Amino acid sequence: MAESTNTVGGENTLPPNANRTPKVIVDGAFVTYRVFASGKAIPENSNQSRVKKTGNLRTVEAVKDVSLVAYEGDTIGVIGSNGSGKTSLMKAIAGLNPIDQGSIFAASRPAFLGVGAAMLKDLSGEKNIILGGLAIGLSKNQVRNKLDEIIDFAGVRQFIELPMRTYSSGMVERLKFAIAQAREHEILIVDEALSVGDSEFRRRSEARMKQLASNAGTVFLVSHSLKSILATCNRAIWLDQGEIKMDGNALEVCEAYAEFAGTTIEE
Amino acid sequence: MSDLTQLAIENGLTPVGQRPKIGNYLKSFWARRSFAFALARFTLLASTARSRLGVIWIVLTPTMQVALYGLIFGLVLGDSRPDNFLPFLIIGVVFFQFISGSFVDGTKSITSNASIVRSLDFPRILLPFSSTFSQLGRFIGILPIALLALIVLGEPVGLSWFGVIGVVVLALIFAFGLAMLSARLTTDFTDLSQLIPFLNRLLFYSSGVFFSIEKLIDAYGFLEFLRWANPISVYLELARGSVVSGYESTPFEWIVGVIWAFGMLSTGFVFFWLAEEKYGRVN
Repeated sequence: MAESTNTVGGENTLPPNANRTPKVIVDGAFVTYRVFASGKAIPENSNQSRVKKTGNLRTVEAVKDVSLVAYEGDTIGVIGSNGSGKTSLMKAIAGLNPIDQGSIFAASRPAFLGVGAAMLKDLSGEKNIILGGLAIGLSKNQVRNKLDEIIDFAGVRQFIELPMRTYSSGMVERLKFAIAQAREHEILIVDEALSVGDSEFRRRSEARMKQLASNAGTVFLVSHSLKSILATCNRAIWLDQGEIKMDGNALEVCEAYAEFAGTTIEE
Repeated sequence: MSDLTQLAIENGLTPVGQRPKIGNYLKSFWARRSFAFALARFTLLASTARSRLGVIWIVLTPTMQVALYGLIFGLVLGDSRPDNFLPFLIIGVVFFQFISGSFVDGTKSITSNASIVRSLDFPRILLPFSSTFSQLGRFIGILPIALLALIVLGEPVGLSWFGVIGVVVLALIFAFGLAMLSARLTTDFTDLSQLIPFLNRLLFYSSGVFFSIEKLIDAYGFLEFLRWANPISVYLELARGSVVSGYESTPFEWIVGVIWAFGMLSTGFVFFWLAEEKYGRVN
């Protein structure tokens, strides 16, 4: 596997491509969490540890010196083990999570399409769609026009008048995703959304994802499924311990990651 | 400046995750207000959705409070009861409930909506705004009934009753400011949420809901500062001055009410806005 040339920021950052239009630029970003915790479980051995200890205060370096340039037309898969900083980085790009160092620039405000819209479990699915639609920034009229589309996408028409607490967890996730996909964005970040629902719903949401990606300028897709990354992405970024381990062609990165993780791409 | 930052500026990209200017913040707040109103309405609906009597509880709870406090404090206080005790108490309870409810809901407005704060981008001020309006909805439901009860109790209706509209507006402005203040404070110091029930009780016992601050001042002159120092009791007194016979509001009280309302609004707003980019980290 060919390591990319080191030009700027972290050591595995691809050099900028002058011929393409950048949409998102991350320049040496750090995200550090400060957490109060007590206990003695952590052996004080290493400098590499991402958890630093000062009294009861733990500092966790979730994202360390990450730099990248995402271009128009890029669909970027973000892979890495649990806790490698994928979501922290994505939230920082979406402006939801402040960075402690470095800077992040974007052509327009990136939208984070996670599974977590506004939900009031005691109210009906319909009222939750209205609320969720307004929460993602649709106007009242847009929500009204898209209501049926969202209900059908989530496949919950039969239960739409029932309070959401009566829904199965799969149905809740489907409804959340159905609301979130109702708005199109120039820069879109999708976090693990494809893993929800049954296989029929997954097929539908994957198709919708591709459609969103083709309409959007730039898409980041966080997923543990290398298969769905290869199906949708032209480029992939592998995060490890909060740093970029590899950035490049989706197939190459996925193969390298699969080899590292001891799995195959099919899994 | 690094190469990448240079590249970003050349291509007209703008920084993300930074606090918007105060003017732009107000604009986007106004543009997204329908979300706040929907959230306020639906939260109110959801709060009663699981009980059989539903929205009736919005009226029933304060009625029961008036009955309980009326009985207990009416007996305990004996002759030192405020004049015209029942109307005095009714107005005290409904106005206190509105302001303290806004305070308590404000403290929870960011933390209880953490999932949307962490995944969606909207001006966070919509949350304390929404929680205050949720309380206002409750208040608007109960206030006419309280006024009706006053009429039934033989209170004469007069022009001064219009004053109550002014008190509601001032109390609303104050409550929204307070909600913003407490929303940010609880995200800064999570431990504060443990203190809220205590603070709420303290406010209840110090705001003259069931006793007359006026009488207290008559007895202990050095408590004179209570006339302006506790904004909640200022609003209670103003409301009583409008609708309860035997009580009258002075221009001084109105001025104090206005100062508290706009002082709290601007303090709360600026204080809340200063942490705008950080609420996404609430846990």
